[in-house]
Amino acid sequence: MQQLVIEAGRSEKNYWTDLWRYRELFYILAWRDISVRYKQTAIGVIWAVLRPFLAMLIFTVVFGRLAKMPSNGIPYPILVFAAMLPWQFFATALSEAGLSMVANTNLVSKVYFPRLIIPAGAVITSLVDFAVSAVLLAFLMIGFNYLPDWRVLTLPFFTVLAFLAALGPGILITALNVKYRDFRLVVPFIVQFGLFISPVGFSIDVIPEQWKLLYSLNPMVGVIDGFRWALCRGGTGDFYMPGFILSLTVTVLLLMLGVWYFRKTEKGFADVI
Amino acid sequence: MSETVISIENVSKKYTLRHKKNGEAYTTLRDVIARQAAAPFKAFAQKVSSKSRSNGSHPKGSGSSYSQNSVEEFWALKGVSLEIKQGDVIGFIGRNGAGKSTLLKILSRITEPTEGRITISGRVASLLEVGTGFHQELTGRENVYLNGAILGMSRAEIKAKFDEIVAFAAVEQFLDTPVKRYSSGMYVRLAFAVAAHLEPEILIVDEVLAVGDVEFQKKCLGKMQDVATSGRTVLFVSHNMQAISVLCNRGVFLRSGSVQYVGSAKETIDKYIDSYAQADGQHDNPDRRYGSGEYRYTLAAPEQPVYEGTDEKVINFEIERRGKLVGRMWLCALIRDAKGVVLAQYDSRLLGFWLEDSPRLKGQIRFTTPWLKPGSYRVDLSLGAAWTMDYWEGACSLTISPVLPYPTSAVPDASAHGLVFGDFSWEASDANDEFVSGGIVANSN
Repeated sequence: MQQLVIEAGRSEKNYWTDLWRYRELFYILAWRDISVRYKQTAIGVIWAVLRPFLAMLIFTVVFGRLAKMPSNGIPYPILVFAAMLPWQFFATALSEAGLSMVANTNLVSKVYFPRLIIPAGAVITSLVDFAVSAVLLAFLMIGFNYLPDWRVLTLPFFTVLAFLAALGPGILITALNVKYRDFRLVVPFIVQFGLFISPVGFSIDVIPEQWKLLYSLNPMVGVIDGFRWALCRGGTGDFYMPGFILSLTVTVLLLMLGVWYFRKTEKGFADVI
Repeated sequence: MSETVISIENVSKKYTLRHKKNGEAYTTLRDVIARQAAAPFKAFAQKVSSKSRSNGSHPKGSGSSYSQNSVEEFWALKGVSLEIKQGDVIGFIGRNGAGKSTLLKILSRITEPTEGRITISGRVASLLEVGTGFHQELTGRENVYLNGAILGMSRAEIKAKFDEIVAFAAVEQFLDTPVKRYSSGMYVRLAFAVAAHLEPEILIVDEVLAVGDVEFQKKCLGKMQDVATSGRTVLFVSHNMQAISVLCNRGVFLRSGSVQYVGSAKETIDKYIDSYAQADGQHDNPDRRYGSGEYRYTLAAPEQPVYEGTDEKVINFEIERRGKLVGRMWLCALIRDAKGVVLAQYDSRLLGFWLEDSPRLKGQIRFTTPWLKPGSYRVDLSLGAAWTMDYWEGACSLTISPVLPYPTSAVPDASAHGLVFGDFSWEASDANDEFVSGGIVANSN
């Protein structure tokens, strides 16, 4: 029988084994959020497909036809969609994760489980939407008769990267939001602003050479570039490696920061929430 | 040999209360930034003003935030130490705000102690609220899985016990309707049913029996009784003293965050009741009372602070001669309940007993029946000869412990009516005059 010691300020060494022990809860909370989303709706799950589809449509019209952004031979809708896929995932994951702690106040104040499960579960929920959109993209590619080459095998790697890119800031914001409710308003702002400064409607080539590195501080730049490279046969032009490394580093740093801050303040959540 | 499963060493919990004058509930970044920016100026102003002030009181709270907020430290628990052994069923009692729920929260790892240390051996499952995690939009079936998982049961476990849980809750018919359509009774039954099938080594239960109708409470008590007798360690908080005395073997009485008493369940309940018994009347001015005043009661107090309903109750008294000598007098005691209803009159005239004169007298009145119900009673004492010489209304109070003189812990409805308890039995026989069943009170003091 294992012995547990509870003491002020003692960070539990068995936190990570606890996370493993409570692993089913990741799945259960994600399942709960997904089930609830479409209860009592008329068209139900079709929304999961409709939203990315409509977004792609609008982008194609606005950026492709009207703004005439260059696409280097790749069908414009596919170029956009390949970026929309990770971006939508990032946006929903960040929004859901950022507000997840406060949304689960009753659980935080009445039951014990490692609290990291809550924002992580929120990000997993967004993965489901991601999967649906990916299927839609597959159909789109078949429709345009533009199929990806061997590079598509690297897609799981980029997916994991997208997951981490959303998880890091998500965990950080949700921990901050428990005490300072302002952060509830920060998230939609980041998402809106981010959509325009991330290479979703355009590709990174549009950015002047001297700004490319600075631009890559945005973690989603690396992710979206990666997705484009994997899905669109290498994407437009050469793959900008320094930028990618920078984005990757920023993602990892944000993740570490998020987890550190969350763990530091976790014990006090029930008192403050 | 019972080993210690939970060891609580000098645990304290502090909360910081902020009294905000501008009435905002949440801390916002704006406040924090404004406070930090203004802090150096405020600190300077405080230094200047405190030089001109004599050593009077400081503004409440921390020196740096002399802004509109005052900060108060509130200790919900102070130096609590306790050893809990394997198989103990401990009842935590105390008034609201005594710290019982805070202690359970700390043991459940929901919040952290400010000081002290706790060592736990064994898996803990906590039931601090009925229906934790229930989502209104999900069906009963889905919520069973959800709630079970949140409480710590694995999916396999829930699947195995699913039918049992549903049968206990009696909601088979409504399993696939969203829980938001359930009546409050069904909701609570389902929630409790899931929790009742937890099987941890250590179970922590916080006042969850105070919900539901009579039928349900009976079921809950029955289930709790099963759990208590199964050898599990249970920590139980409740205001239902009868449940505590039947289910628990040990008790802890908490008051204002510290442990007042630890002992057997019955002793602890007595101590709890005792601490809130009303003060005995001794310091009244006797001469201002009703009565001609030749003799006056000068003291009246029960021998014991708390009695059980079936005990022989003893009240000590003293009488002083204050005026003219009177030969022989009668004594009378009236027992009144909290509503003022006179339950009994114990008059010495009925016994043919007449008290002889003396400058100072002391004596006792003893009575056993009727069996008083739990609660507080006032005793009126009077004496007289051909006329009343002293009538002391509310001379002292009598406290009767909540432990009932009956063998089972029954629903409140079984003892709610009636002014007093009695010694009784029920029995029945069938058409052939053969004895079928019966129940008797196996206890009399």
